[in-house]
Amino acid sequence: MMRSRILLSTTILAAWALAAPVQAAEPLKVGFMTVRSGALAAGGRQMEEGLKMCMDEHKGEMAGRKIEIITADTAGQPAVTKTKAQELVERDGAQVLIGPLAAFEALAIDDYIRQTKTPIISPSAAAEDLTQRKPNPWFVRAVGTSAQAHHPLGEYAAKELHYKKIAIIADDFAFGHEIAAGFQRTFEQNGGKVVQKLWSPLNSAEYGTYITQIDPSVDAVFAAFAGGNGIKFLGEYKNYGMQKPILGAMTTVDEGILKRMGDESLGVISSGWYSAAIDTPANKKFVAAVRKAYSADPGYYTVGAYMACQFLNNALVQVKGDISDKAAFMKALRNVNIPESPYGPVKLDKYGQPILDIYIRKVEKKDGRLQNTVIKTYPQVSQFWTYGADEFLKSPVYSRDWAPAK
Amino acid sequence: MNFWIIQGLNGLAFGSLLFILASGFSLIFGLMRIVNLSHGAYFMLGAYVGLSAIEAGVNFWIAILIGGGAICILGAVIERFILRRLTGQPLAQVLVTLGIAFIIADTCVWIWTGDPRPVPMPSALTGAFRISHLAFPIYRLFVIGVAFALAAALWFLLERSRLGAMIRAGVDDLPMARAMGIRTSLLFSVVFCLGSALAGAGGVLAGPILSVYPGLDTDMLPLALVVVILGGVGSLLGAFVGSLIIGFIYSYGQALFPDLAYVILFLPMVLVLTLRPTGLFGRQAI
Repeated sequence: MMRSRILLSTTILAAWALAAPVQAAEPLKVGFMTVRSGALAAGGRQMEEGLKMCMDEHKGEMAGRKIEIITADTAGQPAVTKTKAQELVERDGAQVLIGPLAAFEALAIDDYIRQTKTPIISPSAAAEDLTQRKPNPWFVRAVGTSAQAHHPLGEYAAKELHYKKIAIIADDFAFGHEIAAGFQRTFEQNGGKVVQKLWSPLNSAEYGTYITQIDPSVDAVFAAFAGGNGIKFLGEYKNYGMQKPILGAMTTVDEGILKRMGDESLGVISSGWYSAAIDTPANKKFVAAVRKAYSADPGYYTVGAYMACQFLNNALVQVKGDISDKAAFMKALRNVNIPESPYGPVKLDKYGQPILDIYIRKVEKKDGRLQNTVIKTYPQVSQFWTYGADEFLKSPVYSRDWAPAK
Repeated sequence: MNFWIIQGLNGLAFGSLLFILASGFSLIFGLMRIVNLSHGAYFMLGAYVGLSAIEAGVNFWIAILIGGGAICILGAVIERFILRRLTGQPLAQVLVTLGIAFIIADTCVWIWTGDPRPVPMPSALTGAFRISHLAFPIYRLFVIGVAFALAAALWFLLERSRLGAMIRAGVDDLPMARAMGIRTSLLFSVVFCLGSALAGAGGVLAGPILSVYPGLDTDMLPLALVVVILGGVGSLLGAFVGSLIIGFIYSYGQALFPDLAYVILFLPMVLVLTLRPTGLFGRQAI
């Protein structure tokens, strides 16, 4: 009797000892949606670089588990994004998704994410309502919303630069609308007036027609562009004899395109949740590593993907690598709290949106290269700025006609 | 008043860029009846090649020639070895040119990466030209000048040279021209090379204004199509007038009816196709 008990316990112990490492040795599959072709390819490549930086730092392992990254190219097209998301989850067995790049892609897979209950970390898509009026419980963002990074700039422009009248020109899509509305709200709240709003198509060939329509009586121009449009606008601005100072959105002078600009960008003041010039040990180390690996400074996309990956790590450590309880993992993701990172300290609000330091930056030349020097920091800014969440959510989402120019 | 003058100049400048692009397209379409959907890709590739030349230290003007020359060779090779095998199958030719456009676009991303790249302007042409309180970029005035000079040169080529006479004969009645002893196969190669070279050189010339980026090809091709359809197939005057019309519509339209930006551009084309299918100056229907 005693012997069979010992035999039984030994067998059970042996089986358990064999089973446990097998489970821990199974790699965690992460689906990474990026863009490798078309107009968004540059951002997509920077995202891949940021992710690789983070994976190399962790040597391919998080919380003792091997991480397998499966990369998919969504081509920046929502229909393809939907297909790729399905392939990653259903065919490749991805348990977590990182991506996509564009807000309209994120919106395209919103329903699918809810249906399949797949945790997803966005390294880039900034559409406000994903963490506001239509929050997806399986969604977490690693970067700021469109307006979050620009509310402070409106206040700064009115209170510290003493601008009274501003013209806004922005890309005519959700990102541009939300940025413009956020800026206008805080600028006008602090005594300024937006007297003109120009919307240029996202794929405008050139900006001559728009530059020449800018009201000459304004104190400054707020130019909110994504992709490479900042290059074209700034390149042509002075050639039309325009001399009024320019305020930029984070992506107007993002490090990714700043390296291609020349003296026309000097002095542009912008705001954002990152600058390669942030003077902290964590960021200096990060920038040095990126410069060494890719001979370029990190910007929006590189940092976004890097931090998305760090969020994953932070959450995995919380659940000790066990992702089988999806709800618990999601809770851990929402509980991410990283006190030191390239973009500063970060924790999430209850909608899955990070609370971030926002930096007012000025383009300057240092050591022969252009950089976004940090001239002021607004610490721990939420997506709702200083308005409480309830008050903020009562009004509709920022849009193109959010407030007419006066 | 200032508004009308400045937007008019903007329109003229944009129209000039379009003419450089569309003239090549019109020549190819007119003579060989090939809808060259790679034309936008040639424009983009020419710009990239010119950019690389400039970054290698070459002078801007030589870079334009290099950009044009490279695309001329590419175009001639494609015409001789791919398109000629599909003579008499216009649909197949169109699809092949579309496929080539995709290949060129992806190759460009592969070689030059996806970053948008501004082409440096020659320093003599930077800055604004001022008259009283009006300012307009010098470079754009230069581009307008180039377009007019190009139009004159092409007119001279078509109307006063033997080659031009052969091209006109081919456009009017190809079988007859062949019967008259014109070596149409050589003519095709020459015209395709010329049209492609115009696209390539145009890309470099437009580089300081439009910059080069993945997607430039698909941004410019529809505009070239609209110009050629509006102006009439195979007509140089049509391409010129069409470019200017589209340029003006683009500028004034964007300024006066910003919400209708794309409608404004394509509506004239739709009207022309319905009311006068040969275009303003064309002689054959599409």
